[in-house]
Order: sequence, then structure tokens, then C-alpha cells
Amino acid sequence: MRVIVWLPLLVLALPFAAFVLLAVVAPLRRAGRLAGGVSIAAIAAALAGALVVWSEGFRSDATWAWIPADDGPMATVGLLVDPLANAMLVLVTLVSLLVQVYSLAYLHDERAPALGRYYTYQSLFAFSMLGLVLSPSFIQMFVFWELVGLCSYLLIGYWYERPSAARAAVKAFWITKVGDLGFVIGIVMLWAATGTFEFEPLFAKAQEHALAIEGLGTIMVLIYLGAVGKSAQFPLHVWLPDAMEGPTPVSALIHAATMVTAGVFLVTRAQPLFALVPDVLTLIGWVGAFTALLAASLACVEDDIKRVLAYSTVSQLGYMMAAAGAGAPDASFLHLLTHGLFKALLFLGAGAVIHAVGTNDIFRMGGLFRAMPQTGVVFVVGACALAGLPPLAGFFSKEAILAGVWAAGMTGPFVMLALTVLLTAFYMARVVFLAFFGRAPAAGHPHEPPWAMRGPLWLLAGLTVLVGLRLALAEGGEPHGPGWLAPASVAAAAAGIALAWAMYQRGSVDPARVGATFPLSALGFMARRRYGLDALYGGLYRGFILGLSRLIGWIDRYLVDGVLNFGSAWTFRGGDRLRRIQSGQPQDYVYGVAFGVLLLLIWAQWWG
Amino acid sequence: MGLNAYLTLAALVFAIGLFGVLTRRNAIGILLGIELMLNAVNINLVAFARFHGDLAGLIFALFTIAITVAEVAVGLAIVIVIFRVRRTVEADRLDLLRG
Repeated sequence: MRVIVWLPLLVLALPFAAFVLLAVVAPLRRAGRLAGGVSIAAIAAALAGALVVWSEGFRSDATWAWIPADDGPMATVGLLVDPLANAMLVLVTLVSLLVQVYSLAYLHDERAPALGRYYTYQSLFAFSMLGLVLSPSFIQMFVFWELVGLCSYLLIGYWYERPSAARAAVKAFWITKVGDLGFVIGIVMLWAATGTFEFEPLFAKAQEHALAIEGLGTIMVLIYLGAVGKSAQFPLHVWLPDAMEGPTPVSALIHAATMVTAGVFLVTRAQPLFALVPDVLTLIGWVGAFTALLAASLACVEDDIKRVLAYSTVSQLGYMMAAAGAGAPDASFLHLLTHGLFKALLFLGAGAVIHAVGTNDIFRMGGLFRAMPQTGVVFVVGACALAGLPPLAGFFSKEAILAGVWAAGMTGPFVMLALTVLLTAFYMARVVFLAFFGRAPAAGHPHEPPWAMRGPLWLLAGLTVLVGLRLALAEGGEPHGPGWLAPASVAAAAAGIALAWAMYQRGSVDPARVGATFPLSALGFMARRRYGLDALYGGLYRGFILGLSRLIGWIDRYLVDGVLNFGSAWTFRGGDRLRRIQSGQPQDYVYGVAFGVLLLLIWAQWWG
Repeated sequence: MGLNAYLTLAALVFAIGLFGVLTRRNAIGILLGIELMLNAVNINLVAFARFHGDLAGLIFALFTIAITVAEVAVGLAIVIVIFRVRRTVEADRLDLLRG
């Protein structure tokens, strides 16, 4: 047992050691690139360990007592290593490593201390995410869950001098906290009902149908709320597009490949519990599908390349959630892994483009394919994977999800997801055509990025293709669902691409004219305003939070300070009055003594 | 003559001394008033010693006399120093400690 636990524990400990080293040894952190080297070395070793763990197919469940109580520990810490965790280990360490290498080139203009700070956060994030993945209990998962949230906040606000970045960081923190509140309440309620936080006993009971708790539905909805916040599901998806204020590699790692998938991971991990409450699963499925469609429509009208990708992440997370809700957690998890690869690829590609052009606006790019063909090729590979074209990785996982949702008989979500396939292909093709093939010349002199950036891109692109081929061979290319599903979805994707080609490349259909026709014009109007959700939350925030703050400020200023000011003012005035008694003439004092004694005498005579 | 006569005399002397202390403007007058008050106490002590047959009172009276001498010596010395510095011993004008 111990030997098996040892290796995953090392994988977990390496980034933590790097974090502690960088956090404590200030000169090392301030050295910048050296700090990056430390962090990269740790995560590279962790990747090697994770690959061994994964290829050996380790399984273990080791726990140690944590919070002591009278009859056995109340909570434990430990490692739960199973195929689910193994796959996540590899994904997290791989993407972390590539992103950290990429960041060395991407952030080469940063001052050394800032770069050191960046790598300190990166190491902390890698540790937190690995800890989350390996958690054997809800309570440990929650601790790491909050840690990744903290890292997300720190890294979104990496350029904290920029007000928009600071605001986005706070917004992400606040909105995910709303979900986390539900999560922690759900965990505690579950603990109160069953007396344990640990997955294994809970799942064992669930399998024996011995988990008849009153209000399990409520508990699971609350736990799901945590996933809604973290995985940016409707209606808490608004923080993710704003999170793009962080550096692009951060978006690739945290807000595409790893942290935002924590919610999906949670739902997948707790699948035996969710399976007991089919109504909650149905809710998850509908919300997921709706999120997918909503975010895809938002991506179609966005001009900022990173925000398009952010909305597409929200949309793909909706896919995963829909699959989890439809009772196809395997499909959901497969999509999580493939999406992690190609979305990281797309973000890093977008980072290379932004690096070269110096703007995020796709309408100010154009013709980039000629200037940077390597980036162009990998970006197109990623876009095709996202659009769901065979034989790339995205095709198979998306097929599996659609098949799962269809098999679950959820017609409504299936229609929404199918429509999303079309929209996904459309908005990705729109970005590709506008940025890489458009006629408008790009600003400045775009050039290929250095190898530290191109290497990760090629690696991810290669993996996207390889995983796709592997999936194709493993399944013999057989689709999961009914026979018409695969051709239909490819046709939908092709239609989306064709539409984008006609509108943005060929120019035979004027985008402005299409946007002006009735149902689309109203939709476009709404989508440009993000369906009013940001405004609504902003209003609520201002109304409630700021109102409350003002009330508290008033109480502080006039009640708390008021009591003190009143007391001090009267002490001052009273002292001024009493001062006059002190005449400085001994005879006055003797008068006082004499009359005092006289009064005492009288008092003793009459009342004594 | 009973005890009460001595006590009345002591009370009268004490009251006269207190009156002097409160009304005199001259610092030396105040000191004299204090002397009277102390001697009123002495009369009390000696009277009680005589009528109760307790020698402790006499011893106390001796102590008081010794202390009175010391007090007058110190007090007059202070008055002389004050006179040298302020050129006055009027109690009304010695109010440096006024709040």
C-alpha cells in the first residue's frame, strides 16, 4: 500500500515544495526566470510521476486522521487514486508544464519580481489542483477547491495595476463564492445526515441503496451549486469572460483546461450520489445544455479573440455538465480531457497571435496565416477539434455526449446541444477566417513566436490529433448513438463553417444584413448586452452589497465612532469644568476638607 | 471639672485655629492657626489620658509636640524661601498650582 501511495504523494508534493521555496526564499523569487526554472522543474518531475502513475493504473485509497473526535477522527486527509484521478493528474501536470514553459517566452517583458510572483502562484495552483483531484473526501476537496479559487483570483489579478484586471479578479472571486457557499452548506448537511465526508463509504452506501436521507435532493443541488460557480454554468457564468483580463497562459491553464473543469470533475466524482436523485440530474442536464447554447450565441457576437474562447469554454463546460446530467459521466469526462487539450491549444495559439499583433480584436487582425503559418496550422487544428470535425479529439467526445443525451431521452437538451454544434463551428470558423485569412492587414509586423511558445503549441496540436486517432482506432470509428448521429453532427459543423466562410471570407453574405433580419437582430441586440445578466448582477451587487456596506459604514461612523466621540467630547468638557475647582490656593482645599468633615459628622449623627 | 469641660475647651481652640487657617491671608498666620488646632488635639489627648487613667494618651501628646515643632520649623523655612522668591507671603497670591 505505502509504495503505491508514495508516488502520487510525490506528484502532489513537488509543486508544493516549489511554491514554498519560491514563497519563502525571496531572492530566488525575485530572480524571475530562475524562479520559473524551479517551478518548471518541479512540475516536469510531477508530470513524469503522474505518467508513471497513469500508465501503471495505480489505485489506492489512503487516509490519515485529521480532525480528532471522541469516536474516531471526524475528518481525514488522504489520497484517492483511481483511473479518474490518474487521467486528471496527467492532464493537470501536462498542461501546467506546457503553460509554464510558454509563459517564460510570453511574459519575457515582465519585471523579474513580477515573473517570480507569477511562478509562485503557478506552483501553488498546480499543487491545489492536484490536491483537488486526489481528494478522497468532500471536506478535503473543498479546501483545495477554495485554494484553486484563490489562485484564480491571484492570477486574474496578476496585472493588478490595471483597474479592469483587479475588478475582474474580484468579480470572479465573488461569483464563484456564491456557488461555494452552496457547496459547503451541502457538504455539512451531508455530513450531518451520514456522519462522514469520505467518498468511499458514501458511495458504498449509495450502491447498497442504504443512503435514504431525507432531503438528499436539496443536498445534492447545493453541492451542484458549487460546480455551477466553478464551472461557469448559467446563471453564474458571467465571471469567466471577464477572467480573460489575466495573462493568456493563465486563461489557458486555469480558465480553460483545469480549474473550471473542477465542477465537472466534482459531478463526475460524486456520480453515485447524484444517481440517487434523478431530478437533480435532469436539472444538471438542462442547465448544462442551456449554458452551452447561451454561451455559444454570445461567442458569435464577440470581437475579442480571448472572450470568444472564454464563451466557448463556458459552452463546452455546458456540454460536459449536460452529459453528466444525462447519466453519461464517461462521455463527460472524456470531453473534459480532450477539451483540456484543444482549448489550452487554442488559448496558447490566441496568446501567440496577441503577442504578435498586440490587440485582442479579431477585426483588426487578418492575413495572419501568411505571417505566422505554424501558429495558423495549430490554431486551425484546435478550432477543428472544437468544432467537432473527425478524426480530431473533440469529435469523438462530443459524439459521445450527444449520444449519451439522446440515449437518456432528453430531447430538449439534445436539440439545444445540436444547435450548439452549428454555432460552435460558426464562431470558431469566424475567428479563423477573420484572424488568419481575412483581407484586412494586421497591425504591426506579426511574426512567429519563439520556440518556447511554439513547442507547447505543436505538442498540444499533436496530442489533439493523436488522441483523436487513438479514440478512432479504439472504437473502430463506431459512433455511440444511432447511426444518423455522427453524419448529422458533422453536417451541422460543416454548415456552420460554410456559413462563416460565406459571411467572412467570401463576402457573399453580408454579416450586417444577416444580423439585421428579424429574429437575429433581436438576438444579436440581446447577446451584445450579454442578455442583461451582467447588468443585473452589477445592479444587485451595487444594490445589496454596496447598500449594505453603506449601512455598515454609517453604523461605524455614527454609532461606533459616535459613542467614542461623544464620550471623549464630554470627558474633555467635563475636565474643563472640573479644572476650576483646582484653584491652587491651600485655603480653598482646607475649606473643602473642613466642610467634608462637617458633612460626615452630620451624616454620622443622623443616619449612622 | 469634668471631662466635658476639657473637651469643650479643645473644641473651641480647634475651631479658633480652623478659623485662623481659613481666613488668614498671611502664611505665618495660617501656620499659627495650625498650631492652635494641634494643641487642641493635645488637650484632648491629655484630658482622655487623665480621665481614663491611660498613659498612652500622654505619650501621644509628647509625640504631637515633637512633630509640631518639626512642622513649624519646616513650615517657617518654606515661608522664608517663598518670601525670598516671590517677595510676598500672601496666601491669595501663591496660586502656582491652579488648574
